[in-house]
Amino acid sequence: MLKLDQGLIAQGDFQLRADFTLEAGRNYAVIGPSGAGKSTLLAALCGFVPLAAGKLLWEGRDITDAAPGARPMTMLFQDNNLFPHLSVLQNVALGLRPDFRIVAKDKEQIMAALTQVALADYAQVKPGKLSGGQQSRVALARVLVQARPLVLLDEPFAALGPALRNEMLDLLKATIAQTGAAMVMVTHAPEDVRRIADEVIFVEGGQALAPRPAGALMDDPPPELRAYLG
Amino acid sequence: MAQGAVAISRVSISPKTGISAALLVLALILLALVAVLSRADASTGLGAGDWAAIRFTVAQAACSSVLSVLLAVPVARALARRRFIGRGALVTLLGAPFILPVIVAVLGLLTVFGRSGWINGALEALGLPTVSIYGFHGVVLAHVFFNMPLATRLLLQGWQTIPAERFRLSAQLRLTPRAMFRAVELPMLGQVVPGALALVFVICLTSFAVALTLGGGPRATTIELAIYQAFRFDFDLGRAALLSLVQLVLAGGIALLALRFVPMVSVGGGLDRLMPRWDAQGGMQRVVDAGVITLAALFLLVPLAAVVMRGLLGLPVMPVSVYHAAGVSVAVALGSIIVLLALALPMAGWIVSRKGGGMEAIGLLGLSASPLMIGTGWFIVINPYADPFDFALPVTVLVNAMMALPFALRILVPPMRDAVQAYGRLSVMLGVTGWKLWQVLLLPRLRRQIGFAAGLTGALSMGDLGVIALFADPERVTLPLQMVRLMGAYQMDAAAGAALVLLVLSLGVFWICDKGGRGCAET
Repeated sequence: MLKLDQGLIAQGDFQLRADFTLEAGRNYAVIGPSGAGKSTLLAALCGFVPLAAGKLLWEGRDITDAAPGARPMTMLFQDNNLFPHLSVLQNVALGLRPDFRIVAKDKEQIMAALTQVALADYAQVKPGKLSGGQQSRVALARVLVQARPLVLLDEPFAALGPALRNEMLDLLKATIAQTGAAMVMVTHAPEDVRRIADEVIFVEGGQALAPRPAGALMDDPPPELRAYLG
Repeated sequence: MAQGAVAISRVSISPKTGISAALLVLALILLALVAVLSRADASTGLGAGDWAAIRFTVAQAACSSVLSVLLAVPVARALARRRFIGRGALVTLLGAPFILPVIVAVLGLLTVFGRSGWINGALEALGLPTVSIYGFHGVVLAHVFFNMPLATRLLLQGWQTIPAERFRLSAQLRLTPRAMFRAVELPMLGQVVPGALALVFVICLTSFAVALTLGGGPRATTIELAIYQAFRFDFDLGRAALLSLVQLVLAGGIALLALRFVPMVSVGGGLDRLMPRWDAQGGMQRVVDAGVITLAALFLLVPLAAVVMRGLLGLPVMPVSVYHAAGVSVAVALGSIIVLLALALPMAGWIVSRKGGGMEAIGLLGLSASPLMIGTGWFIVINPYADPFDFALPVTVLVNAMMALPFALRILVPPMRDAVQAYGRLSVMLGVTGWKLWQVLLLPRLRRQIGFAAGLTGALSMGDLGVIALFADPERVTLPLQMVRLMGAYQMDAAAGAALVLLVLSLGVFWICDKGGRGCAET
């Protein structure tokens, strides 16, 4: 479905090569040392960083130059995933209606998504009044209503404690499975990989290696990955 | 990661509208300039009176800026190292002259220092010779009244950039106050003082209302005043245009030179932050600082109190024309606010979406283009086609908005840049772009600054006495102009009443806009 064909990402001195295909409905983890370019890879898929060379194809269609909002994907960032001046309901609504015109039918759908993340009672609250975990769940509710076939996550729960984080990962996995989307998540934690990923993209030395089955890779890592995992 | 910067380059904040607004401003100024150039009558050259005006303008500006900054140093120093009840209020008060109508302050100064003012009354009672407020020293006094507080705020800002570690280290080394001043404070002053001097100098160069009321005559006429007189009394458009050109070259040239020194004027808060200080605990220093602060506060408060007291007495004797003029002024102020926001918001968006600066050039235009030059230019443009006096109010609205534009941009651009950096990615991700971006992100995030900029514009426009003096006829009078007319007719009590009304309106429009912005702003 999403094919990165001979991709080259260049930012100043930094270069990253990537050539792989992501399949529908699979969960991918992106791991690698700090500064290897994990976040940059996601930003390039998402359209925030232009490809210096190569092509990005979605079901055979060239989306290399498409605007971020026009791509079949959505992204959760490390922070600033919600507008602090908008209510929870409005924040989720933006995923459905970027033009901000919400009709009654949309509202039903938004409330259903909020119910699913157990935040239906907080629809009119501003994000500042919520805990970190609750804020992440609002962002998940938006992913749910957006229903894009590909969800990118850049260490979205890095700020949460271990228990809450696992809870969020499980909720994430369930949410994504429900929409049938594929997921690409940058993470630092090997245990996250085991918990959530089907396949692993290892980024190191200016290369994003093609996805490998997570279980096998983590059980018997090649030397570079072993060095990273320690 | 540098994703904020990446996101900014992908966020499009309808730059075309911003460019159009910037071009419109440029066109308004350039058209005025071309008109002035076309009519400037250089055949007679500059007369002796004109040269006198140029000399006076430069001399009073130099004297005003040096005095303002010199006096500001001890005040800022005392404020930086003392904490006392009312310190915050005093720092806020230092910002007040900025939005205070010039003519109101002049009336206050006249009440205190004028011919039959409080000081002269006291001198007479003691059998001493009286002093006159008119002429060079009166103009300088008024300029110091306006600019000493501004300079104090700039210097206080400088004091707060000194890292706390330096004060800690100085305390550790038990530096004497003198050593402390040389080692820590003097280097900072060396950086901040040139900018403060330059800014005050440029402001005083284009002074009109002060010169109109306290100056005048061959020995105390500024270039702005000379333009006005050539225009109104001699109706000599050629000479007015020539003088406008002189003013533009002088003020523009010096603004250009000063640009590298002029600091960012912090219009927001932050100045009430207190730094722990261990020095200057000696009794003598406390007495000196207390004295300095008291004198500065009195210098600001007494003329204002005089306006209020005299104004209350004058309210009943105000002619009906004052109410009419007040209505006109409110309309002009509201018009200026609308025009300013229509220009400043798209321009700020354009500046934010650009990589490089651009603010400097726009700020320069605002500093160097004098209102009277633009007024003269537009009079020349309109004159062949229609009666320029019919356009008095629209031109005033427009020019007042343009004068507030550099300040508004300085207020709006930094927070807008922050908002785009934090939430630009998210907006782009969600496909929220163009006008929707304003609705969803920029306007809500900037409410506070929009309110502040609108309030500032409203207050400045309400108190403005510039273009309207050129264009005005008996039917179209704003409140400041009406005040000048009452003062000219020696109806001082009625003028004082009008001053009080003007003061309340100016501060009121500022307070309402600022409060409105703050009230709506969330997190």
